[in-house]
Amino acid sequence: MGKDVFEITVNILKMFVIFLMMVQAVPILVWLERRGSAFIQNRLGPNRVGPLGLLQLLADAVKFLFKESFIPQKSVAPLYYFAPIMAIIPGTLAFNSLPLSVPINIEPFEMFGQMWGPYTFGFQGYDLGIGIVFILGISSLGVYSLLMAGWGSSNKYSLMGAVRASAQAISYELALSLALVGIIMVYGTFSFREIVDMQTGPLTFMAFGKEHVVSWLPNWGIFFQPLGALIFFSATFAEANRLPFDLPEAEGELVAGFHTEYAGFNLLLFFIGEYGHMMVASALLATFYFGGYGLPGITPADVQAMWASNVASANVASILTAVTFHLVLLAKIAVFLWIFIQVRWTLPRFRYDQLMSLGWKTMLPWALANACFTAFWMWLGHRA
Amino acid sequence: MSTLPVAASTASTLMPVLILAFIVVAFGIVIVVGTSLLGPKLDRKSQSAKAKMMPYECGIPGVETKDSKISIKFYLTAILFILFDIEIIFMYPWAVKYLDSIKEGTGGFMLAAMGVFVILFVVGLIWEVKSKALDWN
Repeated sequence: MGKDVFEITVNILKMFVIFLMMVQAVPILVWLERRGSAFIQNRLGPNRVGPLGLLQLLADAVKFLFKESFIPQKSVAPLYYFAPIMAIIPGTLAFNSLPLSVPINIEPFEMFGQMWGPYTFGFQGYDLGIGIVFILGISSLGVYSLLMAGWGSSNKYSLMGAVRASAQAISYELALSLALVGIIMVYGTFSFREIVDMQTGPLTFMAFGKEHVVSWLPNWGIFFQPLGALIFFSATFAEANRLPFDLPEAEGELVAGFHTEYAGFNLLLFFIGEYGHMMVASALLATFYFGGYGLPGITPADVQAMWASNVASANVASILTAVTFHLVLLAKIAVFLWIFIQVRWTLPRFRYDQLMSLGWKTMLPWALANACFTAFWMWLGHRA
Repeated sequence: MSTLPVAASTASTLMPVLILAFIVVAFGIVIVVGTSLLGPKLDRKSQSAKAKMMPYECGIPGVETKDSKISIKFYLTAILFILFDIEIIFMYPWAVKYLDSIKEGTGGFMLAAMGVFVILFVVGLIWEVKSKALDWN
């Protein structure tokens, strides 16, 4: 009695903390985007509010809260108000299903006159066995937010932007999910935790029935699926409506696309959704192709032993190990997020027909070819 | 590793997802309601409010109605997406069992079976490109 309550409380708290972590990352990302673009364009960027301008977005958020909130004349109120709320759901639910670090082991302890534990808390919101399918399903829900915003605002620019955005999102989703077929074949599982576990150790592969080991390379998915990784990463740009695929927001034609009629914090919720999508994409890329939270050549047991020799309690050592590997994953995510920003301020925008034909006629066939080649090569590799 | 993740569909594993969805929606509602309460109110009778409430348009009064017309291409794209997405989803259960069946020695059969499916997929894609359903100009 009471033992389950503790575990359930910690699990709910964990989901809430991961959600807040994602929301908190958005101001930092927007700051990075503005400072990064300024750096690329040889400007200064926001540097007045706080050290390096870091408090700029905090000030903006407070300002957004106190903006006049109004609804355009002809709009459909329920859709108009629910669209920004819907925008933050997919990213949050997807991010919580990712393993962010090694699990924390808590040894049995005594409190309130009874024994508790032992517990194992995974460093993730919830561990679903069907992680990949879940993420694909959940991130498709983003389209509803776009369409609700476009339809609810009753403005032709919003509607066109929303329809364009959803058309490109669903088109690139094909290439994205087909690129993942290769990685599922290589690992034979839908579970993120198992995928990360399989990427530890040196590069090991089968060729013509013999096992080969390359000791100076990590066992990362990128070496098995380079083309898959490239297609996956490019498709996520289109999914997140980022440049060079930001046709829904083409300023010259469509003002601001589906969020033309939004202002204040409602607009910021769309941004939280977009940056959440980028974070999920970066985390997925790290998980599938770059070893997740793993470090090449160092196992969790090594780190655990290192911390255990420095601190007295095994629980604290376990928590510090989890934090260490979490920082490794965050560093990998930060690299990919910087690539997102760098690409946005480097590449020009596509034309809409080019965008659609790239998705359907180039990326889809290449993703299919990648899957076929992987299947054939795996079959060949295990034949003596 | 070889077990299919059947247990994942039970209510107890999906419960956290629902709880989190509830938390997120509550957060969003608090934000949206909060901003409309905190911000200044629009005086709907004033002359400036009338212009402000109009759908956004650049310089001229907006003329569009609620049911703006949209190119049929988008509808076609959505239909094609559903077709192809279902075909791709059919590959997932196959892909997850492929490694195991290679080790069990039935990889050749699996490869041939998926080969037939992929040929149908490719024929569909070629027909689609030939029929100009994907041309946007």
